Amino acid sequence: MTIARRGVWLLVLLGVALAVLAALPVEAQTAAQGASRDPAYRAFPVLGSRLAVWAVAQLHLNFAAFILGVPIFAVIIEAIGWRTGDARYDWLSHELVKLTFAAFSTTALLGALLLFLFVGYYPKFWTYMTSIFFPTYWIYAALFFAETFTVYLWYYGWDWLSGSRKWIHVGLGILSNLFGTAILVVANSWVTFMISPAGIDESGALKGGVWAAMYNYTWMPINIHRLIANIVFGGTICAAYAAFRFLGAKSDEERARYDWMGYIGNFIALAAFIVLPFAGYYLGREIYAFNQTMGITMMGGFMSWLWIIQAILIGILFLGSNYYLWLGMERIPGSERYRKYVPPMLIILTLGFMIWATPRSMVVTLDEARAMGGTHHPLLGFFGVMSAKNTVVNLMILTTFLSFILYRRANKIPTKPWVRTGMAVQWTAFAAAACVVVFYGVYGYFVESIVRIGFSVYQVVAVLGAIVLVMAIDIPMFKGARTTGQIRWGTIAPHSQYVLILLAVTFTWLMGLMGFARSGIRQHWHVYGVMRDTSVDAATPALGYAANVITLVTLAFFLLVLFIFWLGGLGDKGQAEAHGHAAPAIAAGRGPER
Amino acid sequence: MSFLRSRFVQAVLVLVLAFVILRFGIRPPAPWSVLTLYMAIIFMAVLIFVSSDRDSWRDFISPIWSTLVRPERRVLRTVLVIVLPLLMGYYAYTQAAARPQAPPELRAVHPAPPASIQLKGKEFNISGAENPLRKDAARLKEHAAKGGEIYIRNCVYCHGDNLDGKGHFAPGFNPPPANFQDPGTIAMLQEAYLFWRIAKGGPGLPKESTPWNSVMPAWEDRLSEEQIWQVIIYLYEATGQQPRRWEAGEHGGH
Repeated sequence: MTIARRGVWLLVLLGVALAVLAALPVEAQTAAQGASRDPAYRAFPVLGSRLAVWAVAQLHLNFAAFILGVPIFAVIIEAIGWRTGDARYDWLSHELVKLTFAAFSTTALLGALLLFLFVGYYPKFWTYMTSIFFPTYWIYAALFFAETFTVYLWYYGWDWLSGSRKWIHVGLGILSNLFGTAILVVANSWVTFMISPAGIDESGALKGGVWAAMYNYTWMPINIHRLIANIVFGGTICAAYAAFRFLGAKSDEERARYDWMGYIGNFIALAAFIVLPFAGYYLGREIYAFNQTMGITMMGGFMSWLWIIQAILIGILFLGSNYYLWLGMERIPGSERYRKYVPPMLIILTLGFMIWATPRSMVVTLDEARAMGGTHHPLLGFFGVMSAKNTVVNLMILTTFLSFILYRRANKIPTKPWVRTGMAVQWTAFAAAACVVVFYGVYGYFVESIVRIGFSVYQVVAVLGAIVLVMAIDIPMFKGARTTGQIRWGTIAPHSQYVLILLAVTFTWLMGLMGFARSGIRQHWHVYGVMRDTSVDAATPALGYAANVITLVTLAFFLLVLFIFWLGGLGDKGQAEAHGHAAPAIAAGRGPER
Repeated sequence: MSFLRSRFVQAVLVLVLAFVILRFGIRPPAPWSVLTLYMAIIFMAVLIFVSSDRDSWRDFISPIWSTLVRPERRVLRTVLVIVLPLLMGYYAYTQAAARPQAPPELRAVHPAPPASIQLKGKEFNISGAENPLRKDAARLKEHAAKGGEIYIRNCVYCHGDNLDGKGHFAPGFNPPPANFQDPGTIAMLQEAYLFWRIAKGGPGLPKESTPWNSVMPAWEDRLSEEQIWQVIIYLYEATGQQPRRWEAGEHGGH
């Protein structure tokens, strides 16, 4: 099929979609005219208002996470390329911003659609939110303008601001990130206000300034959690894009390029993913601190089953990213030395995964409960609590870091005279961190909960400390190391690329599910404790229903993303090469590992 | 023992061994749902193990490939084509067939407490409530002793004289009475939570905790507010557990 014919088909489809979209609100309006002139709710036809808002909000969030996350590391990669003079990095950064650019208008469109849905179908709620947050709308709009124009300039000024003016270009990248993050922070204040309202009086009216409502209990934790998660999400989607291009590649050279891009995407995702559980833990703590009922609904009540799914998905992310690194070692000559480490690391990850996924409230038949002598299993019950979870997640993070370290040095033999001491210190750091983690994990069972919660900080500090120390030794130790051969980019086993796609899908699904948990703990409140949900959809949806909705939204997201990836490919076929952004060759065997 | 070197045999052995250990090595037996979860994770890990490099993967699939393709394996192939679907069918049957026992329930052991409850006609705030008897530290021992008396009169029959949920009546109940010695019960909870549970009992449980299964009575009509707080003090004193407390947040409490 020619591109022109595809274009015609696309236009027809777009026309049909627009007609449907236009028809729905008209029908809703006709229905609303029969009712009162000032309704609290209107019903979205067929689907219902909640489902419509839910799906659009989730899609908007996915796209927003992508376009906010990717520029963060795109600018870092650009800066690396600028400082090292390595053209590959500049190409990659440009490629990443191109993806962001393609997703930019879709994000804005979905955002506008979400706003229309709120205004049209939840007018009373939206009026209330506006009564609190009206000043921030202006800030949001201003930031959006600033962000858009900076990104435009960043993207289109790539050639114009090259050479001696490159610093201006990198500056633009940083600036667009600052604007992007500010947008995120403003929007987060609205959503967190709905969970943990602050700065209002008994009647729900704003007491002082809008700042008090913005600075509520869960605002900062969500800001941090989302910022890190956006980087992970952006990394996995970029890696999936690279995998998609790798699998469709026609030449070795193209395969090598996208293999490398996939590796970098996964590396970024992994690096940010390592700290994500800590940020999530902080958020959970703040939710508990704000309201015990909400905290228990989330972790111990009916939402607790969601955490089992979450645990399984996070386990898959850990196993998957390690698996990808191990598969990647095959393309590095000299990595055979480290193969023997794979089985023990896999065993630690598997045992960690099993404990991590052990439910606190188990699904038991009455007979099983009787045999266990209670609803808690006397042995497995120990694995259900936070002490065990924190311990194993920290050990899994350490193991993943070890995987990365081995990957990093796969084709290098250090020549520094202090190698033995350096290695000994590194292994000691690993062992010490593991000991601290296990010690506080076990000790946590013997102290009261308030002390135990504090232990998680020691565990985190031990692990992060070990990571920093090991890297601080590793970088100088392997500087100028003898190489056992170049990385043969593009020769990785093709099934590794499916792992990258799996990681992206898993992460998107996870984001949707946990987003449901975050939003669902409000139960029958629009704004918790302040504004009750009196619509027909006030009941919190069942977990199975929620999982189905999220699955469909995830599918829709990937269909849209696939379309955008396809567009990205079209651009390449056309004029991108002539644009001065011809991809540098990353042929098999070229390029030092970073 | 050369066959042990085959990746395929190794994978099967690991799976069988893991199943045997998890099924028979854990006492009392792990619930079937948990066992399935564990086995799924191990299966995933085994697949990763056999496919983490090309040689290993080739080694792993070669017996599968030859069984599917080679003419001399025809008999084995035919047997597998018949036996495997039968086994799967049998498994599906065991999962779907109705049995005399009740199906597993997703019972939340620690449901979220309501923000407030009605106690003897007045509103009682659960969230953030603290045990008022703890303010007077001098009388704590006295309260604990009184709580002990209340416990022995009312609770001991089910929850046992060791507070371990093994009272005389316990064998008759499903789910069994709570074991307060378990670090996963009262040690994880605030005193206000216990107050709610004692006052409202089984009938006051939310739906996700299957109130129809619990035989815990609602004590609000038999015990006074003070008596409930006293028995709570006793539970913590006698088990040596500490109630959950909240750190004083930067936002100035809750």
